[in-house]
Amino acid sequence: MADFFFNTTLGMLLVIVGQILLVVVPLLLALAFLMYADRKIWAAVMMRRGPNVVGVFGLLQSFADFGKYIVKEIVVPAGADKAVFFMAPMVTLVMSLIAWAVIPFNDAWVLSNINVAILYVFAVSSLEVYGVIMGGWASNSKYPFLGSLRSAAQMISYEVSIGLIIIGIVISSGSLNFGEIVAAQDTGAGMLGWYWLPHFPMLILFFISALAETNRPPFDLPEAESELVAGYQVEYSSTPFLLFMIGELVAVVLMCALISLMFLGGWLSPLPFLPDGIFWMVAKIGLVFFFFSMVKAITPRYRYDQLMRLGWKVFLPFSLFWVVFVAFAAKFDWFWGIYARWAVGG
Amino acid sequence: MSVFAFYLFAISVIAGGFFTVVSRNPVHSVLWLILSFLSAAGLFVLLGAEFVAMLLIIVYVGAVAVLFLFVVMMLDIDFAELKAEMAKYMPLALLIGLVILMQFVMAFGAWESNAAAESLRTNVMPVDRHNTEALGLILYDQYFLLFQLSGLILLVAMIGAIVLTLRHRTDVKRQDVVAQMMRDPAVAMELKDVKPGQGL
Repeated sequence: MADFFFNTTLGMLLVIVGQILLVVVPLLLALAFLMYADRKIWAAVMMRRGPNVVGVFGLLQSFADFGKYIVKEIVVPAGADKAVFFMAPMVTLVMSLIAWAVIPFNDAWVLSNINVAILYVFAVSSLEVYGVIMGGWASNSKYPFLGSLRSAAQMISYEVSIGLIIIGIVISSGSLNFGEIVAAQDTGAGMLGWYWLPHFPMLILFFISALAETNRPPFDLPEAESELVAGYQVEYSSTPFLLFMIGELVAVVLMCALISLMFLGGWLSPLPFLPDGIFWMVAKIGLVFFFFSMVKAITPRYRYDQLMRLGWKVFLPFSLFWVVFVAFAAKFDWFWGIYARWAVGG
Repeated sequence: MSVFAFYLFAISVIAGGFFTVVSRNPVHSVLWLILSFLSAAGLFVLLGAEFVAMLLIIVYVGAVAVLFLFVVMMLDIDFAELKAEMAKYMPLALLIGLVILMQFVMAFGAWESNAAAESLRTNVMPVDRHNTEALGLILYDQYFLLFQLSGLILLVAMIGAIVLTLRHRTDVKRQDVVAQMMRDPAVAMELKDVKPGQGL
């Protein structure tokens, strides 16, 4: 049996498919409840009850929504470019899912343990913009097109500062592999050893850039209801719309996972005497997601020129300066060497 | 396994390139071009050059192709007119193509590759270190000066592009961010008591 699974091509293919399902199915299941949590938190801030009808406390609301989406009719606009129109939601979903191939959930619990994992995630998340652009263009309508133009400019702008922040982390840990980045944060001092402390300004910057990159409020300008109705999603209905929505939410959770891996020590326990494990990773993703929801509930939407100014004139110079600072701090062992963990631990 | 992957990527590079050229819709052309880039990145991964593959995706697909798409989507092109224009220049284009083809044939026909280079080509990955590290050592240690020089050239090109397009127009209204921030209701608003039937 073991021989079949590890030595034949078909067996290995089956193993790979099994592993992929093992990541994707729990991810999508967790997503249903995260969507519910998102709505509940939002409701609580506004002193509403939120979803509370389907299932106990409304826990099954997402599944009811899912059923409703897939039985609706798919409407295609008359002038739409059909192939691109249907490819757009698929691109969004697929791009947000394939990034999970390199995200470890525990020590060595990862589908593909590659050397350039962090670059891979960055590359894939830079492709997510295509779903939005293609959807907006193919709809052959004004509002979606405006939404997609906005989104293209917005995502490219904030990718720049995300890239620079990642470079800072990479300099500190001396590796592009998530396992080694987390190992570099394991100094035996519990949560004080994680990168949120030495890289604290970048944690804030990364969080805000992640909001912009995933089109979450207060940066949800591509789908701003007040000016653009719903931006690039206007012409989508039924399953294609559902795919867009799932794709966006998976991208949000991916950003939560990235923050917890790069700044919050991944699966490491916050207190040195507690055991490390996957539950810490899940708890940290949940914590960061809570902040994403809170931001959505309490901040008003940015104006477009404010968004661009923040991206190019504040975040870009500051993160560029930070890269230089971290490089010097790592090279000359400033601050007791906390910026150069490759010399100490990993 | 990797043979299948190679043929898959190779075929989609060629198909992507082919459809980039023959597509009637320029947006479709750019999308095919993106497929071509992605497959090329796949080929790099198969060669063991994963760092280059990721950079190809980040730089070309994530940034350059987005700008292509951006520009092409906003262009309002009349295809019939474009075709007529193209037919006019066809003989010249053919001539230039032929000359370049002949040059390639003459250059590569007399090309003999060194046996050592041949073995390097089949063994792209250094054995003892992974290729991000190897590239870093080459760029930042061995060819440090050349690397800095190329950076300098790019900087000069960038400054040149900015200088060429920069102009100060005095007839447009500019946004003063600080002034906007400093406004408060006391300065920005004036409340008036409007009498019924009189107006202001």
